Amino acid sequence: MSCTRITAIVLRQFYLMRGSMSRVVPLFAWVAVDMVLWGFIAKYLNRVFPSGFNFIPLLLGAVLLWDFLVRIMQGITIAFFEDVWTRNFLNIFATPLSVLEYIGGLVLTSIATSSLGLVVMLVLATSFFGLSFFAYGLMLVPFLAVLFLFGIALGIFGSGVVLRLGPAAEWFIWPIPALIAPFAGVFYPLSTLPPWMRHLALLLPPSYVFEGMRGIISGGPASGSALLLSGCLASIYILCACWFFIRMYRRAVRTGLIARYSAETVS
Amino acid sequence: MSGEPGQENYGRAAAAGVIRYIMVTKALSVKRLSKSFGDKIAVDNISFSVGRNEIVGLLGPNGAGKTTTINMILGVLEPAAGNIRIEGLDIGSQRPLALSRTNFAAVYAPLPGNLTVYQNLRVFGLLYGVRQLPERIEELLMQFDLSPLRHVKCGVLSSGEQSRLSLAKAMLNRPLLLLLDEPTASLDPVTARAIRRKIREFAAVGSSGVLWTSHNMHEVSEVCDRVLFLSHGRILLEGDPRILPQQHGTGSLEELFIALAREPLAHGAA
Repeated sequence: MSCTRITAIVLRQFYLMRGSMSRVVPLFAWVAVDMVLWGFIAKYLNRVFPSGFNFIPLLLGAVLLWDFLVRIMQGITIAFFEDVWTRNFLNIFATPLSVLEYIGGLVLTSIATSSLGLVVMLVLATSFFGLSFFAYGLMLVPFLAVLFLFGIALGIFGSGVVLRLGPAAEWFIWPIPALIAPFAGVFYPLSTLPPWMRHLALLLPPSYVFEGMRGIISGGPASGSALLLSGCLASIYILCACWFFIRMYRRAVRTGLIARYSAETVS
Repeated sequence: MSGEPGQENYGRAAAAGVIRYIMVTKALSVKRLSKSFGDKIAVDNISFSVGRNEIVGLLGPNGAGKTTTINMILGVLEPAAGNIRIEGLDIGSQRPLALSRTNFAAVYAPLPGNLTVYQNLRVFGLLYGVRQLPERIEELLMQFDLSPLRHVKCGVLSSGEQSRLSLAKAMLNRPLLLLLDEPTASLDPVTARAIRRKIREFAAVGSSGVLWTSHNMHEVSEVCDRVLFLSHGRILLEGDPRILPQQHGTGSLEELFIALAREPLAHGAA
């Protein structure tokens, strides 16, 4: 692994960001909109149900964590799409760059871009809606870590799908978080789900995070072993996603798709 | 003091060994290379080499297998059979090392249009692990008359300027094997001549080899030390572009090219 080559991938994305408001604004604009929307919904629910239960950490906290995962995933896929859109695969993969270095560059880019979104969300949630992250205690760290790992896995997997199916397949990638959200129990306990959905939910690391978050809000402890399990699951998904991406890359090199990517298929 | 002559001898022997290695090892060695796409055979069991300080022209009609061959040498297309060695390094098993000694310019692989000239050179310089990169970029910007365009996005460059930038990028790492796929295709005659001169100088200095594809036979005669005629994925002829036409009873390299392109398999059999 060469740090210089990984830096090159990150630097390319930095150059693109620096010169383009249309790339920078979406990093925080949509998450800010989400914060404002769900912040007011939570405030309204607090007023309608004056039971003393605070919906802010339940709803706004859930949206914040979920948006963080989505930003991580999109940080990787959008960085990958930049090479798709500029037909740059032939140029970059004819260099000494390895696939793992390329993935490493995408992940680092995603960390930088999603951090910006996270900061904006934290500022809005705490300053405008009084969301206190002290409510989650130190468990916030493993919550974010698990979502971070799973977001990376989704991003790498999504990039692999586009590498396999061609540029038009990016429309398969955008809805992935929306498909996962109902199973992950972002806004409701897993016990709400029918048994078959609950079984699938157990395979998804975010479901443990959101269960843990609700457990803390309702005054109980979050299960450390469940979070550990979700961390292990997320790590396994990253390995599987890397394996999948490398496999798709090798296939593209074997078939000639890397050199003629805009054709979408070489058959 | 008594150890010094021994050390000196050892140093000389080591240096001689390195020089011998450099002299013996070809810039590029391709052996029994094949590639098919479905039923279509794109490259059919070809072998050739590019020596040091040598410019080899890879000629042939459209669809002859030139670009497929170049893509395999660049490691972006896996051969069905055969092996490729760059500086003695196998592209399959020693890919990063082999590719760090290579670079290319091709009309069908423009650099990202949403980065500036300087940004592209910086990114690719890092990818190729170029030492003293800022100085090298300045040198190339001067050499290819790109200095006034350093902060211009590549997407708005003229095709000639893009070709010059592609060549500058191709020379960033002072490659020991330079692959050029129609490098002067979109250049005006004056710029094309200047580019040819630069490439000849590049091949003459140091120990680099150049593999060059072009459809401009005058250019090929002027620049290449040796040419390979490729058709239907096979090498039909090989030789000095200034002598080959006489040997085959044609008036020029272009006439020979046309004759071979019309009846490639007959010539190949002959």
